[in-house]
Parts: sequence; structure tokens; C-alpha cells
Amino acid sequence: MTAAGTTITLRGRGLVGGVTEGEALVTRDSISGWGGIEPTGGRIIESRHELAGQSFRDRVLVFPAAKGSSGWSGMFHMSRLAGSAPKAMIFNYMNTKIALGVVVTRVPAVTDLDQDPLDVIETGDWVRVDADNGLVVVTRGGAVVTRTGGQS
Amino acid sequence: MRLTDDERRMRDGEQGEAVAAAMDLLIRYGEVLGAERLVDTDNVCGANIFGPRQMQLCGHAGPDAVFSEFSLDSPEPVEIPPMRAQSYQLIGPMDTQHWQVQGLSQEAHDAIEESESYSARHGIHLMNTCTPYQVGNVPVKGEHCAWMESSAVVYVNSVLGARTNVEGRESAAAAMLTGKIPYWGYHLAENRFGSHLVEVAEPVRDSLDWGLLGYYVGEQVQEGVPVLDGIAEVPNLVKLKHFGAAAASSGGVEMYHIPGTTVEARSVEEAFGPRRPLQTLRYGERERRLTYEQLNSTAQDTDVDLVMIGCPHATLSQIRDVCRLVEGRKVHPDSALWVFTPRAIRQVAEQNGYARILRDAGALLMSDTCPAIGQFLPKGTRVIATDSAKQVHYLPAIMKVQGWFGSTEECVQSALTGRWQGELR
Repeated sequence: MTAAGTTITLRGRGLVGGVTEGEALVTRDSISGWGGIEPTGGRIIESRHELAGQSFRDRVLVFPAAKGSSGWSGMFHMSRLAGSAPKAMIFNYMNTKIALGVVVTRVPAVTDLDQDPLDVIETGDWVRVDADNGLVVVTRGGAVVTRTGGQS
Repeated sequence: MRLTDDERRMRDGEQGEAVAAAMDLLIRYGEVLGAERLVDTDNVCGANIFGPRQMQLCGHAGPDAVFSEFSLDSPEPVEIPPMRAQSYQLIGPMDTQHWQVQGLSQEAHDAIEESESYSARHGIHLMNTCTPYQVGNVPVKGEHCAWMESSAVVYVNSVLGARTNVEGRESAAAAMLTGKIPYWGYHLAENRFGSHLVEVAEPVRDSLDWGLLGYYVGEQVQEGVPVLDGIAEVPNLVKLKHFGAAAASSGGVEMYHIPGTTVEARSVEEAFGPRRPLQTLRYGERERRLTYEQLNSTAQDTDVDLVMIGCPHATLSQIRDVCRLVEGRKVHPDSALWVFTPRAIRQVAEQNGYARILRDAGALLMSDTCPAIGQFLPKGTRVIATDSAKQVHYLPAIMKVQGWFGSTEECVQSALTGRWQGELR
């Protein structure tokens, strides 16, 4: 555990470009799109999911993989149109659901990081995602240092 | 990604804006995947039937605008030409016969009906089922396809040897317009070998057993390619339909092998090819019981308001099994029994008298949709029961109800008595 305010930089592959920052929402459970999220509020609804009931709206969603129904992209596409998409997506495992999902959600997305983001990032950390350069900068314990703008 | 000349011309608009938008989407998607190229496909299953919600989000700008946004991820409305590839509509939001039972308004009905006829005019076959492989779209071994619907993908990859990834609405629609899909994942032979060995130490007989095994395997291997060893009885379409649907719900299984049964592996050795198992799992009595308990974890109340059969869509054999259980009896007045099947099979069920037997018992034979996709239940429903691990995985989450999972017989009995009395045997 590192002290609050410390920053850690992860390097990986940017998938959908753009730069953003926000509060992390981290889960070790894979995420279902269709039947796993409710797109209007951006909430996770899968019964046995560790984030059940929580919303990813405007947060940097950090998760291992996309799973379940082929409606994954359709649901995240809908969350974008409803204004409830996550601010950015960071994940480990590539498949067609997540690939198409990040394309149609149109938010910065990064994968193939040089350290496991699930080990490094905790819910509540402040995360800057620079998908143009494949960079993720994590500030422990929230936005004490870097919260100087750009997150609007 | 490397593009051929015809793909470049499509991208540059030679075949119109819609094909260009479709190619643009396939390129963006293929690059995220890390695909080196696209592959030709003439077998695409997608989902392009829309209702009032999508129309409203597009500001009622008309069906081309809705297709552009939701099917092609093109915020600019483009004029949609007829589909280039053979294209099939999967399960949709509405039963055209029983839409009032679904609680749909006339306005919603008209919007969905208009969307269906728009799809038909563009050359999309209105099969309206999650099981295209039981009503005429049966790909052959090695055929490159672009299918949505995780339960159908895992079936045609594994049982038939077709080659498809789980596509989404936008990639499938782009494939319909271009006849192309990224050459990635399960399109490549080297990705189709086994990753996990599952030693099945417990007899797997009926479709309940297969659903339990599938749900367990999916949870364990997630995105892996499980190889089942120790299956003593040859399964059938219904059992494998339940198995794959369950494995694609608790996890993301898109391909599996049952050596001696599924088409790409005569032996465990052949199933793994050059790979070695990452892990060996043992499915025994304990795993079976724990899986059963997980599937029943949302239910406490034994008064059953709805029994749902037909996820994935029921075969004629399943419809006949239900008929045998209800013939001459009545569904309990406080309960309902709904059976879901493809439109084409309902037609045969009418011809065979099965539909009449169900009607006489107070049950309903529905087609084209299901409660999870269409998001509908009988008014006041608190507790459902189903013989589908997939449906009991999704429906309680989507519709905020309790869900029991059991055998087809237990489910139908609970509709007749109004009470759940299932147990693991």
C-alpha cells in the first residue's frame, strides 16, 4: 500500500483515443453488458457481482474483462446516448465484446498495461487516462494532487 | 489492419455512405482487436429490430437514422441499402401474436412492427430467434460467420465447427452491409484448441444436468475453451443448447470440445492439439450441488407466478415434453406457463396440435422474443421458475424477481400447483 497522493504510471496500449481523468471504480469480476448493466443510470445489476447496485457513470471503470451476452456493445452504446457511460475503461483481457464495446462507447480505453491495473488501482483512486499515448497515471486515495482541471 | 482493394473502395465510399460507415466501424473494431485483416462472410446473424426507446433517443429522425446510430455507430444518418450478405434477425422485442400479453402499447407495437418490415425490406430474414440453427441456418464446418447471440455462437462453433466470434449489434450490421468481419479469435484454427480439461465425474443425463455443468464450467474457465472428459451418454441438441447457453452466461465460453461428440475433436488429445491444459478441473457431486445452490440463490418464496420454458428457444421436442405434462390439466389460476419458440416452430406446433394442448391447459406458446429480451412478465410477478440456467442467471437481475431453477418437469408441475417443490436429485 502506497501513501495517499503518490502517483504510479502504467504503460499499455491505447485503444480508443483521448485523454480524461476521474475517480476509479475497480472490480475483479468480469462485467456483463446486456443483463449485467442498466444503461440509463450506468448501474451494475448482475445479482452476484461485487459491484451490484453501483454506477460507473463518469468514473474510470477498471475491470478484468467483458463477459456474457453479445448485447455488451449495445448496452454500453446505449449508456453513452443516455449520458451514463464510464469516463474511461481500463481492462486486461481482450475479446470481441470489449473491443466493440469501447469502439461504440467512444471513451478513452487502455489495455495490455505493464502492471496489472487490478493490483495497482483501487476504487477511489484518481486516474488520468491518456489513451493517445497508452498511459495511465494513478493517484492514490483520490484527487489531492492532480485535480487541477481537465476532468470536466 | 491490411485492407484489400475492394475493402478500401468500400471505406472510401464507392458503394455509398452506409457501406463506408460499416467499413469504418469494422476497421476501428478490427484495430482494437489487433486483427491483421478482414475475412469474407456470407452468414450474418444480428439484431436490428428497434422500439420507441431507440427512436426517441434518435429524436424520431426515422428508421435510417435509428439503424445508422444503433446498428452502425454512425451519428450521421445514412441511407441504408439492401444487405449484401445473407442476414438473419435474431430474437427480438415482440411476439407479433401475443404483444398485448407483453403489456406493449399500440404505439410500441406499431414502432416495432415498422422496424421489422424495414429489416425485411433490406433483405434481413426475419427468423426472430436466438436459435437460428434449429430453423434453417445451419453453418457447415469451417464456414466463416458473423453471429451475435452468445448461446448460438457457442453452439455453432463447438457442435458444428462454424467459425465465429461473439459479435455485437454494430459489428454484425456492418458485416451484413459489407460481407466482412475481422479475421480474429475463433476464425483462426490455432485459437480453437482446448484450454482447460474438465473431468466430469458425475453422470450428466438430462438437460438440467447439462445446464448445471455448463454454468459450473463457464464460471471456472471464463473465456477459456473447456474440454469435457468423462461424458458417458451422447447428448442431443437440447442438452447442448442448455450447456452452451449456461457456460456463456456464467462465463464467456464461445467454444468447447466434447471429444467423440463435437466436430473438431475425436479425442482429448485432438481437442488440445499443440496446447497443454492450463488447468484441470473436476466436476463431482459437490460442484454440482454448489452450482445448483448458486442458480437458486435469488429465490425464497415458493409461490410461483410464472414458469418460463424455452431459453434458448424451445425445440419441438421440448414443446411436446411440456404438452405431455400438461395435457388434460390446468395451469394454476395464480400462476402462468409461458413457452418460447421460434416463429417457424410455433407454426409446426399449431399444425401438430401442441399449441392447442397448451392453450387448453391455460399455457401460452409465444415466439420471437423472451421475458429477458422483451423485459416483460405477467403483472405482479415476484417469483419465476425456469429450466434454463441462462434465464435464471439473467431474469432476476433484469426484472428484479426471484428465480427458481429446476428440471422441466419440476417447473411445469409448479405452474400446475402454483408452488415450487423442486430439489436436486
